[in-house]
Amino acid sequence: MVMYEPEFREIQAVCERLQREANAKAVLLMDRNGQAISESGETQQVDVVSMCSLTAGNVAATSAIAELLAEPEFTSQYHEGASVHVYMALHERLILVVLFDKRSSLGLVKLRVKRANDEISRIFERLRAKVADPEPTALSDITDDDIDALFKD
Amino acid sequence: MSFINYSSREINCKIVYYGPGLCGKTTNLQYIYQRTNPEAKGKMISLATETERTLFFDFLPLSLGEIRGFRTRFHLYTVPGQVFYDASRKLILKGVDGVGFVADSQIERTEANIESLDNLRTNLVEQGYSLDKIPYVVQYNKRDLPNAAPLDELRQLLNPTNVPDFEAVATKGVGVFETLKAVARLVLTELKRGA
Repeated sequence: MVMYEPEFREIQAVCERLQREANAKAVLLMDRNGQAISESGETQQVDVVSMCSLTAGNVAATSAIAELLAEPEFTSQYHEGASVHVYMALHERLILVVLFDKRSSLGLVKLRVKRANDEISRIFERLRAKVADPEPTALSDITDDDIDALFKD
Repeated sequence: MSFINYSSREINCKIVYYGPGLCGKTTNLQYIYQRTNPEAKGKMISLATETERTLFFDFLPLSLGEIRGFRTRFHLYTVPGQVFYDASRKLILKGVDGVGFVADSQIERTEANIESLDNLRTNLVEQGYSLDKIPYVVQYNKRDLPNAAPLDELRQLLNPTNVPDFEAVATKGVGVFETLKAVARLVLTELKRGA
């Protein structure tokens, strides 16, 4: 996957608005491999990298259960905690995670997530078209010496 | 699948340690975790059974430094080695960029090594990859044990295509970073080729 600055800004704006409008503590967007794409809200206390990896593992396991049951997909998951709740919504190759507490409700979160998902879809559609016709990137300039330098002791 | 973020100037890649049960995959990650500077690593997560056997995966995020202004981050995963956790192994291989196969050098584990390698090949194909094309290295672990099979024999059985391979004693760290660096290097070279 490749992410460019303009699309990243748009995605970040969608996630920030979702976090605000859903009264959520935090919103994380990641791909199904557990790579974090965007985070907004109160994420200082959250180990985002671990959170994304575990969420991806969880979603992968749940998708495999769906397959066993001949279901195309379980499109969302909800975990209720004592003070923090987690709502995960699957959308194409992405997972949108909303952390919320008593300031919000599952109904409100679901409602706002639906709108955000539609917007994120549109952004990723443009991104895919852009990636399919890429401009020369900084990565094509990487030399073997650059790679060697990374591994020097 | 690597994730190149031009906004945060980051390259993220996924490396999976594969191999039969009790070959030392988790030990590799634990050694890397212990010997890496705190600023270069994240939290190591182990989803294990009550008897400390890997149930789903171990996970260690690692930063290897910058390359042309891009921070390179590797997500290291292990699979559960026990035969009956095959469904989990398939899930963990999704989006993989490079594989390190950890073989158990003990003669008694020869069949288990071969079975695990066959399983890796099959599961990669299911995910749309080929072991002959993906960045891939082999580690012969537990070289210090008296019942370790001769290296030539292991090579013949487990590395017929002559990919980079390493002797290791993961409990003492021997060969651990060499294996990691070799597979990470192959992953970056592949990324450069595809750019």
